[in-house]
Amino acid sequence: MLPDKLNLAAKVEGLKKSFGDVVALNGVNFQIPQGCVTAILGPNGAGKTTAIRILAGSLLADAGRAEVGGICVADYPLEAKKQIGYLPENNPLWQDMTVEETLAFAWVAQGEVGSKAAQLERVVNQTGLSSVFRRRVRECSKGYRQRVGLAQALVSNPSLLILDEPTNGLDPIQVVEIRQLIRTLGREKTVILTTHVLSEVEVLADRVILLHQGLKNAEGSLQEVTQSNDGNVFRVCISGTSANLKSLAEKSGAIWIESQPTSSPEIAAGLMQIESGDLIAKAASELDFPLLELTPRTGNLEALFYRLQDGGLPS
Amino acid sequence: MKLIFHLAKREWWGFVDAPSGYVVLAAFPALLASFFFVTGEFFAEGEATLRNFFSLMPITLALLGPAITMKMWSEEAREGTEELLRTWPIRTHQLVLGKFFGAFGLLVLALLATSAVPLTVAWLGDLDWGPVLGAYAGSLLFGSVCLAVGLCFSAATRNQMVAWLVSSVLLLVFNLTGLAATTADIHPMLASALVASDLSFHFHAMGRGVLDVRDLLYFFSLTVVCLCWNGLLLERKAKG
Repeated sequence: MLPDKLNLAAKVEGLKKSFGDVVALNGVNFQIPQGCVTAILGPNGAGKTTAIRILAGSLLADAGRAEVGGICVADYPLEAKKQIGYLPENNPLWQDMTVEETLAFAWVAQGEVGSKAAQLERVVNQTGLSSVFRRRVRECSKGYRQRVGLAQALVSNPSLLILDEPTNGLDPIQVVEIRQLIRTLGREKTVILTTHVLSEVEVLADRVILLHQGLKNAEGSLQEVTQSNDGNVFRVCISGTSANLKSLAEKSGAIWIESQPTSSPEIAAGLMQIESGDLIAKAASELDFPLLELTPRTGNLEALFYRLQDGGLPS
Repeated sequence: MKLIFHLAKREWWGFVDAPSGYVVLAAFPALLASFFFVTGEFFAEGEATLRNFFSLMPITLALLGPAITMKMWSEEAREGTEELLRTWPIRTHQLVLGKFFGAFGLLVLALLATSAVPLTVAWLGDLDWGPVLGAYAGSLLFGSVCLAVGLCFSAATRNQMVAWLVSSVLLLVFNLTGLAATTADIHPMLASALVASDLSFHFHAMGRGVLDVRDLLYFFSLTVVCLCWNGLLLERKAKG
């Protein structure tokens, strides 16, 4: 007998996975509530794709449990997979098939839910594929191919949509279009998406799960996650050159992150990480650099991400 | 069963829809017919028999079978569509059988394309159709083994040429074990084991029009073992 379905769309407990000596997941736990868009965020190699591949049933965990709608993916793979629509990273498609054939094939392979004509019409309208419906996949633009991948994931009307880096490799216009589509889908389905594009998380996600080196660092709403991990990253702006700014970082003991654009070539701006902004102000005064701006980047996902890359957050 | 049919249909169309598919399917009958009529001694013998035609069949099937299957898994793995298939509610045996029956349909097509040869011979003389039909049945069974072996190696590598080469060499070796047994000075038990493992030995027995249950079991069990191995390879991939 299958266990009772819970209110959670998905849940993972103590998930562990290694590839040889490389530990991809080291006991990750998280929960995905129904009806919201959750972003799994982390630097490359954080374990995002491994976690969702286990959740989608394409990879088996070494230890731990992954559930979709209260159904254990490892114990009842077919039942669990029927609830999932999955768009893998790089959006693999059969290039020789037409869009119509691709969707019809996906509909059959996903268990023939509902009537074929109605389901195909629904996803074609949802994803805006009517103009390329009879075209071969390889003849479609990258943006349309991404839509085909999404349509394929939606064709059996799953309750949970898992998208692995859905805007990866798209041009800015296509990125906006796909984000708009995900936002629309997020109103009626639970969506999990992985990304390392911070602006995407800020635009799309209701909730964030932060992974780093195979461990969960934070989980909650975007506001909760950023506020509970106040970033000590500062935007510093001086009258001078980039070289001056870097020497200021060195003098104050700050970690240099990156240069930032300014309105004038006589002004240099950049991001630095340091315990206290006072140390930067003091160093600027000692070096006689006119300090134009010293703004803490707290409550900001970007700051949090930089801190992750610089050695991780306290768990 | 319906899902297996759909998976097979996709494989079948995917192959015949590509120019490389036509090349493979056209080369097979062309090669057999030219060897039989041009370089063989059919006209010199003056006899309406297809003995020489079917003697070429094991070697050509050992090359054709893996050529049909070489990209079936390797390309799915390289393109990433294999991962997509694994996230859909499809059982491993359905995936494997879908590929196999798709490939089997292509084998049937290739063998049908060679039917011009026996029809020509029958038109030229008095052809005994019993051994011909037996040899075609043997070709289907022999071809099934070639396809199953080819699918295994296609699942084991992302490089389709490696899959074709390794499968073909292995199949050709198992076409020669009987010959090795009769020419080498080895223990009689080992010699009979080598003869029994020879694919062409069982094929030629059927080509004489004799349907021996041992030959049928041999081809059938070898095909099943290879397909099970194929399934295990796929499940091992899911473990990462």
